[in-house]
This record gives sequence, structure tokens and C-alpha cells, in this order.
Amino acid sequence: MIEVAVRKTLREFVLDVDLRFERGVTVLAGPSGSGKSTLLRIVAGLTRPDAGRVVLDGRPLQHDATVVAAFRREVAYVFQEYALFPHLDVLGNVAYGLTARGMSRQSRRATALAWLERLGIGALARARPSTLSGGERQRVALARALAWTPRAVLLDEPFAALDETTRARVRDELRATLQSLDVPVVLVTHDETDAATFAAPVVRLEQGRVVGRR
Amino acid sequence: MIRAAVAAASVLLVLFITVPLVALYAHVAPARFAATIVSPPALAALRVSLVTTTASLALTLALGTPLAYALARGRFPGRTLVDAVVDLPIVVPPAVAGLALLFVFGTFGLFGPALGALHLRIAFTTLAVVLAQLFVGAPFYVRAARAGFAAVDPALEEASATLGMGPLRTFARVTVPLALPALAGGAVLAWARALGEFGATIMFAGNLQGVTQTLPLAVYLGLESGELDLAAALAAVLVTIALAVVVAARVLERRAA
Repeated sequence: MIEVAVRKTLREFVLDVDLRFERGVTVLAGPSGSGKSTLLRIVAGLTRPDAGRVVLDGRPLQHDATVVAAFRREVAYVFQEYALFPHLDVLGNVAYGLTARGMSRQSRRATALAWLERLGIGALARARPSTLSGGERQRVALARALAWTPRAVLLDEPFAALDETTRARVRDELRATLQSLDVPVVLVTHDETDAATFAAPVVRLEQGRVVGRR
Repeated sequence: MIRAAVAAASVLLVLFITVPLVALYAHVAPARFAATIVSPPALAALRVSLVTTTASLALTLALGTPLAYALARGRFPGRTLVDAVVDLPIVVPPAVAGLALLFVFGTFGLFGPALGALHLRIAFTTLAVVLAQLFVGAPFYVRAARAGFAAVDPALEEASATLGMGPLRTFARVTVPLALPALAGGAVLAWARALGEFGATIMFAGNLQGVTQTLPLAVYLGLESGELDLAAALAAVLVTIALAVVVAARVLERRAA
């Protein structure tokens, strides 16, 4: 479970929330610029809040003076534009986090390949990210985030970079994959259809405050 | 009319640059070149240049890389000032740089008494050659590296962190590989500038064969002492290296873009 109670002054308003994200998927919805991404970044350790705390499965990640660096949090983050490493092939991207886990070269390769197969992109192992379609990139980004077995998964607008037709298909695939995970998964979206598709709790954010839950 | 004028001006300048270089090569007969290039003064100058430019390049990379990264990513007070200061050696006359270095490391310089107490001498040693080269060459590397680092999407470094890689590993596995063409291009330019260094070296390190006499200094001495063959042979070596540097810099520039 992720407990996040933080405050952060942004340009146009103050982000001020007190939330719990249980195991499984939670959709964090709300209009663009409502503080959703900032909240996600705070949980991942990419942005510092002005005050408050972030606790993951009882372990404080952020509490006053205690700040656990992003790379020690074991919180995976799927970036809006995917942020795939352009100098590595698909396999290298997915195996990247496994190096940090101290895995041998062979088992890194095997684990990464298994994830690619599972997401239906095994044939792309040797491709460069620049040659992939939007939907393929998204799956690589997801495989990279999930392969190193994080304690939580955060997805920032995972559909925003996709066109309408790819979007519906990717949404269904993503839902199936994410719902099989046994860790807290927070998915940020400003799109109401996306939010409604997931049979998951929805937290609605506006102007930095929680305005609704479902 | 205008087209003809443009063509004439262009041809004139291109010829002005190429003809002297061709004349230089023409002066060097192959047989004499072979004999001259293995003469003791030539070999000594080649060795001094190789050793000192290797050392100054190592120092440039070791000190310039962190600075370039800080300038590209850091938000610290006086960043613009530091940025300007780093560019200064590019426009400061080399002889002035040599004099300035003497005022710091010379016997009567700022650190002179301290160095004297430790029985250390820097001015007029091989180390002085290295320091002069570092002074004039480092800015070329820092400029290129800063631009290279700035062009790396910060989200990629963040992605690396969220995959469990600490700052140093992220730097080595993501930032450096992506900035590599820019880093290499800057390193080539800095090295070439160090290799050609003359003014600061002769002021701060002198012109002592086998110790501080680099290739450009040997060319100068060859001309002064009437050994034109030696001067021309070493000059031809320098021009050939310069040609290679220009080509390498072009290739790396294209890759960086």
C-alpha cells in the first residue's frame, strides 16, 4: 500500500492531498494540470514535496528529513513519452533495471525475453526504440517497468501518446496486464473514457485537491 | 556581376588557405622527410608533444566532464558567470595566458613561495607545458560537453533512477553514451588546440629540447636556427594531424546532430 500525504506549492495552486493506494489498480483522474503527474513524481522520488510523507508498504520513503532517493525506492514509473533509452535495443531497455538487481547476464536476458513474450513483442527484442510504433513503445516501456519486479507501478498518461485506434486496443491489453499485478498500481489519465474502462477505484483530482472517489 | 564577385572572393580566400599548406608539403621531399623526422630533435619534440597532450587531455576530461555536466544540468548561483569564465581562454591571447600562469606558478608567483618551500618547481618544466595546454584547450571540451549533456533528455536519467540505477551508474550508462559524439568531438578539438599550443608554452615553460620543446616550439626553433628542413618536416606532421582532426570533428558533429 502507498500512503501519500503531501503538500507542494505549484505555479497556479497548492497540491494538497492525503491518499492511500491499495494493491491493484487505482486510476488517478482529472483535467490536465491538476497536479496528477506531480503527485506521481513525488511518490517516485523525482519531485520533492514541500512537506508531508510517502510510505510504501510501511517503509517511509519521504518523511521530513528522511528522503529515500528515487533509485532506492523500487517504484517503477512509466513516462508519458515512455523515455526509452535510444542507444539500447528493446531487450537492453527491458533488461536495464535487472542490472541494478545484480542479476547475471543470462538471467537478465531470459527474464527480459519472458516479459517481451508475455506482452506479445518478443519479435522486437533486437529493434531500436526509434523504429517502433507508439503502441509498441508503450509495451516496451511497460515491460521495462515490470521486469524488475517493483514494489509499486506508476503510469503517467500511458495513452496520451497514442492515436485513437491504437488506444482502445492498448487500453484493453494494459488493463489485463496491470490487473494481474500484486502491487499498488497508480494510473494517471485526464481522459474520462480511459478512466471508465478500468474496473478500478477512481480518485479525481482538481486544482491539487481530491474532489471525488469512486 | 555580384555572383562573379562572390565567386572571386571565395576562390581567393580558399586559395589563400590551401596554397601555403601545399607549399609546405612541397618543401618536404620524401627522402629528406624520412631522415629529418627520425633526427634526435624531431623525435624529442614528437615525444614531448605526445606525452604532454596525452596528460593535458586526461586532465581536461577528468576536470572538464563534471564541470560541463554541472553547467548543463545544475542550478547554482553564478552559473552564467562560470560559463563565461570557462570561455575566456579561447579569446585571451596565449602569450598573456602564459604570463598569467607564471604569475601563479612561477618562482615569484602567487604559489611560488609555497612551491619553493616544498622544493617543487612547475614553471619551465614538462608539467608547465601540460598546464599551459590545459588552460588553452579545456574550454573547447567543456563547451562541447556542456552542449552534449544538455541535449540528453532529463526524463531518460529519471527513467534510469526509477529502474534502480544510482546517479553514477546512470551517468555512465545513459548520459555519457548519449552525449558521446559531442564529448569525443570536444575532446578532439581540445587535444588539437593543446597540440598546437605555442604562446603560453614558450612564456611559461620555455623551449628546452626533450623537456618543454613541443612540435610547434621545435618548428619555431628550426626556422630561427636556419634548419628549414626540420621546421618544414615537423610542420607537415602538424598539418597532417590538423587535417585528420578537421575530418574527425566533422564526422562526430554529424553524429551528435
